[in-house]
Amino acid sequence: MAGAANYQKYKSDGSRLGDLTEWVDARFPLTSTWRAHLSEYYAPKNFNFWYYFGSLAFLVLVLQLVTGIFLTMHYKPDASLNSAGVPVAFAAVEYIMRDVPWGWLIRYLHSTGASAFFIAVYLHMFRALLYGSYRKPRELIWIFGVFIYLCLMAEAFAGYLLPWGQMSYWGAQVIINLFSAIPLIGPELTVWIRGDYVVGDATLNRMFSFHVVAIPLVLIGIVAVHVAALHEVGSNNPDGIEIKKKKDERGIPLDGIPFHPYYTVKDIFGVMVFLIFFSIIVFFAPELGGYFLEFNNFIPADPLVTPQHIAPVWYFTPFYSILRANTVNFFWVDAKLWGVIFMGLGVMAFFFLPWLDRSPVKSIRYRGPLYKGALAIFVVAFLILGYLGMLPPTPGRTIVAQVCTVLYFLFFLLMPIYSRLDRCTPEPERVRWK
Amino acid sequence: MELTVDGDGLDEVRRRLVLATAAAGGIGAVATAVPFLASMAPSERARSAGAPITVDVAQLAPGAQMTVEWRGKPVWILRRTPQMIEAMGSAGHLAQLADPQSRVDQQPGYAANALRSVRPEVSILVALCTHLGCIPTFRPEVAPADLGPDWHGGYYCPCHGSRFDLAGRVFRNVPAPTNLIVPPHRYLDGSRVEIGADGTKT
Repeated sequence: MAGAANYQKYKSDGSRLGDLTEWVDARFPLTSTWRAHLSEYYAPKNFNFWYYFGSLAFLVLVLQLVTGIFLTMHYKPDASLNSAGVPVAFAAVEYIMRDVPWGWLIRYLHSTGASAFFIAVYLHMFRALLYGSYRKPRELIWIFGVFIYLCLMAEAFAGYLLPWGQMSYWGAQVIINLFSAIPLIGPELTVWIRGDYVVGDATLNRMFSFHVVAIPLVLIGIVAVHVAALHEVGSNNPDGIEIKKKKDERGIPLDGIPFHPYYTVKDIFGVMVFLIFFSIIVFFAPELGGYFLEFNNFIPADPLVTPQHIAPVWYFTPFYSILRANTVNFFWVDAKLWGVIFMGLGVMAFFFLPWLDRSPVKSIRYRGPLYKGALAIFVVAFLILGYLGMLPPTPGRTIVAQVCTVLYFLFFLLMPIYSRLDRCTPEPERVRWK
Repeated sequence: MELTVDGDGLDEVRRRLVLATAAAGGIGAVATAVPFLASMAPSERARSAGAPITVDVAQLAPGAQMTVEWRGKPVWILRRTPQMIEAMGSAGHLAQLADPQSRVDQQPGYAANALRSVRPEVSILVALCTHLGCIPTFRPEVAPADLGPDWHGGYYCPCHGSRFDLAGRVFRNVPAPTNLIVPPHRYLDGSRVEIGADGTKT
């Protein structure tokens, strides 16, 4: 930080508030931070609908932290049976729902917030695919973002075990057993993860620790570096061109507007619309027909009875489908390990996107039919995989899932080819209003 | 001590000492992680749980199956009928199996035979799918509508569609890689079986 110190730059206007600000600025970078990240952070003026979901994801993060803190006041991570023969953890959730004042609301905000988080993040990621937001110089923003997505998956998985219902138990059993496919160390590794030979009290306690302390700390840290990297290079926009290339005499981008008040107000409007839909679900359909809260999870965990049909919550189902689509042993590797490998690769593939895309333009507005077609096929394949992941497997569905798995990976594998061959149109000099 | 300074003003001795200090600190940090990581392994209480159980199989009717709990896991005990045993030995049935001879080590040596059991009529299996640990459903009926005309009775895993026969042998081209596990067990007399101990050290 070259130049004058804060207390020299920010002088009081003589008012009491001005004096207080000056006092703080001499001791803490308050005004400079406010300006750098809000009132003098210039964002492109042509943001559209797709640019709501970053701030909405942040809102849901705060919502999950606050509701989570209050749920932790009443929840007990204990798999032992109470005097009524019900697991203590399961009974604690019922207690929150029935006996804790407003507990039902706090829990439904938290459970609906989990799905809302993934909706916001999936749409936020789709925006990046539309407008090339992961391209140079924003590779690190994107990589931090994929880490946020990974953290979110771990957080959702750990949190889903806590109600200790049948789906909690058997979902954890299935996912932890994925690690047993790893050669040599697999079986011992699963015992270490569970802390017991079966999913049990030790597993529940550690997942509680991960869910309420470890993963949220990491998540907040990565969100901070995600935003810090964004504010270093500046936001992309629907035209995929750099607004910093055209500046006025004061060094302010010609197509930039201060984040505050322009985008804070825009985002507040987005928050209002979001909260309308969010409240409708929380108050009228918190289970959302079994998609947000699965019906089998209203039965206490029973290690001796597997539910007829185990499906993860909707946000994991595309990857679950990829796991199940692997049914053939080849290259001396059995189908189980292939399933785990492909499921892992399905998530990891996103990390490489900035280097797979060789298009001369960033935004879909100036890309040719090849990328548009590839993106459409990818989205359809992802949605079909997600749908199939909720259903029990049949031979026909397995074949469809296999086809969609191939299409999913071809989107990434062939990207260096089709993104280069595509017939793109020239990018404009300045952003457009469309 | 003599200090050497090279042309760029770099103190080589101090550089080496800094590296040695950083290396020692790094080793200490890794060593410190050991107790934390080890604390996640099963506790002594978890290890000591899981003594053998004794079950009386005399009251089990032919074709009937009971589920008992051993080390927190469900274990099936099935009394197979002669028809079941006969169907499992047919060449057409064996051709559908991935490991009909039980070559993969999923059973004690005394159960590494055609029916994977000490007594042909009594089958004892850990009831967890070798794919991802779901409990398969017991489907003893022959050729039900949902499992096809080739089904001679067996276990069907509802999670990912794996199929096993009534000896716990896995079918080809299903997600599960190996046969179901046969736990260590021994017969104490004509009707009582001890699961979890077989006289050998486990």
